[in-house]
Amino acid sequence: MAVIGIIDDILASIGRSVIELCRSVGRIVLFILLTLSHLFRPPLYVRELGLQMLRIGYFSLPVVGLTTLFTGGALALQIYAGGARFSAESVVPSIVAIGMVRELGPVLGGLMVAGRVSASIAAELGTMRVTEQIDALTTLSTNPIKYLVVPRVLAATLTLPALVLVGDLIGILGGYAVGVTRLDFSGANYIKVTVDFLEVWDVLSGLVKAAVFGFIVAVMGCYHGYNSGRGAQGVGQATTNAVVTASILILAANYVLTEVFFSA
Amino acid sequence: MTTPKISLQDVHKSFGPKQVLRGVTLDVAPGESMVIIGGSGTGKSVTIKCVLGLVHPDAGRILIDGTPAGRDRDAFLARFGMLFQGGALFDSLTVWQNVGFRLVRGKQKMPRAEAREVAIEKLRRVGLNPEVADLFPAELSGGMQKRVGLARAIAAQPEIIFFDEPTTGLDPIMSGVINELIREIVVEIGATAVTITHDMSSVRAIADKVAMLHDGKVRWTGPVGEMETSGDPYLTQFITGSAEGPIEAVR
Repeated sequence: MAVIGIIDDILASIGRSVIELCRSVGRIVLFILLTLSHLFRPPLYVRELGLQMLRIGYFSLPVVGLTTLFTGGALALQIYAGGARFSAESVVPSIVAIGMVRELGPVLGGLMVAGRVSASIAAELGTMRVTEQIDALTTLSTNPIKYLVVPRVLAATLTLPALVLVGDLIGILGGYAVGVTRLDFSGANYIKVTVDFLEVWDVLSGLVKAAVFGFIVAVMGCYHGYNSGRGAQGVGQATTNAVVTASILILAANYVLTEVFFSA
Repeated sequence: MTTPKISLQDVHKSFGPKQVLRGVTLDVAPGESMVIIGGSGTGKSVTIKCVLGLVHPDAGRILIDGTPAGRDRDAFLARFGMLFQGGALFDSLTVWQNVGFRLVRGKQKMPRAEAREVAIEKLRRVGLNPEVADLFPAELSGGMQKRVGLARAIAAQPEIIFFDEPTTGLDPIMSGVINELIREIVVEIGATAVTITHDMSSVRAIADKVAMLHDGKVRWTGPVGEMETSGDPYLTQFITGSAEGPIEAVR
């Protein structure tokens, strides 16, 4: 009987977790639908949108740039070492380029922005929730979703592709720098191979991914901040949840999009 | 008999298993200053949040001028001003932008320069210098933040103003100043006011009428002058601050 009791407890615990997961997914989906419904209805707070584009896009540039620069360099070294096993060292420029624009640029850019922006949005909105600033917005006849959430979601969705495009270029530059200075590639030849090899769709697919990741980053930050619990602990938890869920969803969405774009 | 400005009829609200409001019924006449008192957790803030639509009641009716809130939320909320307990000033905006927040948005929006002038005028009205206008809320003391919150609440000349614990965290002198300002401004603009407070000196300074909430219901209501002689043991215990009486000290 004791064993049955333990199994019962385990199953009940799993059941509760599954129900809570379904509830969370439902709440997030409703939040997204609400945000989308406000996205297409006036007014659009253009001033807020501009401010958020600056905060999310421009101020994330150093983080994304440095990340892709070093990754591009390391990628060149790894591909050279791997390619040397079957005398294919010459593939370094093309594989660095395709790896950066299709995968590493958007994914690393998305993850770095998730760490920086999702956390910041969740902390800001969470603090606003705790200090009743969100209630104050409502009493001032301003819809908080429209004023706080829509500009952030739109800004992240629009700026992440631009950020990733710059990141792609810096990453390729990192590979070029290592290729030319450490692996004895000719500079002109490295650039020619890169340009000849890349197709427009390689770049575009990465930018579409970046837009999706930007949407995920902002929605997760806004959702967790907007629904933050009370006190400092609630805001801290909201920040952690925002970064963790945004990062996981980015990686999951990356797989799905890669499957959609490139599966044979 | 005149239609009450605000009428709550048998309003219930629960959060999970916790029943906060168990049938609140209360009328506030036009131009009246009603103060709601009661211990912590008795549902005072939830009551005004229900009126504003920030919290949706589970049951009961809330009427403004005899009619329920319509579908146009913006028009409905434009009739209200609210001073939050902690001020709830927007950190990312300057003081004048906080005060003029409503003035530069919505159907009756005005140019920014004009809104700034109105905001500075409202700041003057609550005793703040125009130099404060370009500071951020974090640069102000608690008392100044309350005054800015008050200026924001009255900026658009609302018909109804809610004050949630207006003197909490202030020294007695600043509390007196804020009480006086609230009283003056409410009379000046002819608004209906509902104030939530534990501070009995605020009650005496601000109230025309007092309602005491206990256990999610209005326990007593009447003119402020009759408060001391009501004979209600709950009210008497509350206003004397006695640990002995029907209200449990540990809730």
